[in-house]
Amino acid sequence: MPAVTALETSAPLQTPAAAPADSNAIVDVRDLNFYYGAKRALEAITIGIQPNLVTAFIGPSGCGKSTFLRTLNRMNDIIPGTRVEGQVRINGQDIYRAGSDVVDLRRRVGMVFQKSNPFPKSIFENVAYGLRINRLAKGRATLHARVEESLRAAAIWDEVKDRLHESALALSGGQQQRLCIARALAIRPEILLMDEPASALDPIATQRIEELIYQLKSRYTIVIVTHNMQQAARVSDHTAFFWLGKLVEYAPTDRLFTNPAKKLTEDYVTGRFG
Amino acid sequence: MSETVRHFQADLELLKTRLLEMGGLAEERVRTVVDALVNGDREAVNRVLEGDRAINQLHIEIDNRCFTLLALHQPMAVDLRAIVSAVKINTDLERVGDLAVNIAEAVVRYMRNPPVKELIDIPRMASIAQSMLRDALDAYVRRDTALAQSVLDCDDELDALKTQVFRELLTYMLQDPTTIEPALDLILISRHLERIGDHATNIAEDVIFMVLAKDVRHHAGEPGV
Repeated sequence: MPAVTALETSAPLQTPAAAPADSNAIVDVRDLNFYYGAKRALEAITIGIQPNLVTAFIGPSGCGKSTFLRTLNRMNDIIPGTRVEGQVRINGQDIYRAGSDVVDLRRRVGMVFQKSNPFPKSIFENVAYGLRINRLAKGRATLHARVEESLRAAAIWDEVKDRLHESALALSGGQQQRLCIARALAIRPEILLMDEPASALDPIATQRIEELIYQLKSRYTIVIVTHNMQQAARVSDHTAFFWLGKLVEYAPTDRLFTNPAKKLTEDYVTGRFG
Repeated sequence: MSETVRHFQADLELLKTRLLEMGGLAEERVRTVVDALVNGDREAVNRVLEGDRAINQLHIEIDNRCFTLLALHQPMAVDLRAIVSAVKINTDLERVGDLAVNIAEAVVRYMRNPPVKELIDIPRMASIAQSMLRDALDAYVRRDTALAQSVLDCDDELDALKTQVFRELLTYMLQDPTTIEPALDLILISRHLERIGDHATNIAEDVIFMVLAKDVRHHAGEPGV
């Protein structure tokens, strides 16, 4: 990475001009600072994520994009020594206020990880488990219907419908990832967070995940972290570029990749650094 | 192709639709202005002269679409060639629209004088140029190199007609100097029509490049060149 002084970053990084926090945003973040112990990993993040769109977070390794993603459903809480300042409002409610229900938050704001992590259970049970413990499906018929609905929504039903009671671990990488998406969708989240969901997959499996994401956005709000800029370009509606813990630019994807406002962004998307 | 059409493919289809739309508009303006010349229809000429917001908007929109498709989807192989060709075809079509306006301006001047002669070759040129344009665009959408080649083959006929028009009008001008001004406008119109044919052949060459990755411009494909 070139030294900071070599880049045009002497001016303080402004709040991005496009899409500031606004009342239409389903996730409204204001002045978020995040600390791992004494180290500040996120600095003054302000962003409004729009509903029923795909928003991509891009940036070089270590820029804070995954850390920021995890603040949106408080997954960082499980890491000792972390501290949050500022506000994260989802549907108008600050998720860090005292007494808020974190378990319910993680149901409403689902997450899919880079390395797919199906339970060591059958395909059916993977999806049914969340429904059962959240008491979301009363009776066997409803449960089956919801499992099928979720597997269809994740574009994997046709591949698994005749082997629902086989182990999920026997599926291919791409299928396991789609199963994890089905599992997340089963409990009817509003928002789906995806942390590099396709980076462990081959190109064809990746393409299927990308098409799935494109289809899902009509029903969900999706936020995806990716180190693959081309993937962000293909699949997202808005893109947020992070660098050294700061939000540098946030704009509609076609604009960010064809005519970014900040030179730092342009240097990144043209591959001049990072 | 998977059961879900990739949205990139849908966007590519939309680009082609837009190009066809633009081609249709350009072709129609040529037809209108040449019909107006033959029928002495001043109103139709004025309509063409008023400029064409629809074509201009499409010109900008198509370039933007191509630009966005390239930036966001990193197309490869035939898709890449199709989009780059679309950018070039867009330019050719916009020029055809401008040539229609140029023809209209010549028609306005022509109409100030008594007609020089019955018009036969010029409407014939217009008809050939229009069908070359139509075929070139069809060839693009259908990726039909045989059709594209047939457009290239028409070019000679158009050139021959242009020469014939010139020779014939020359005899009129030599016999009667009062016909010089209107005859020159007819010659200009024939040149503009020949240029429209050239743009159609440009499009046809782009189609062959897109489908076969073969560059036949400047007779590059021919042996001994």
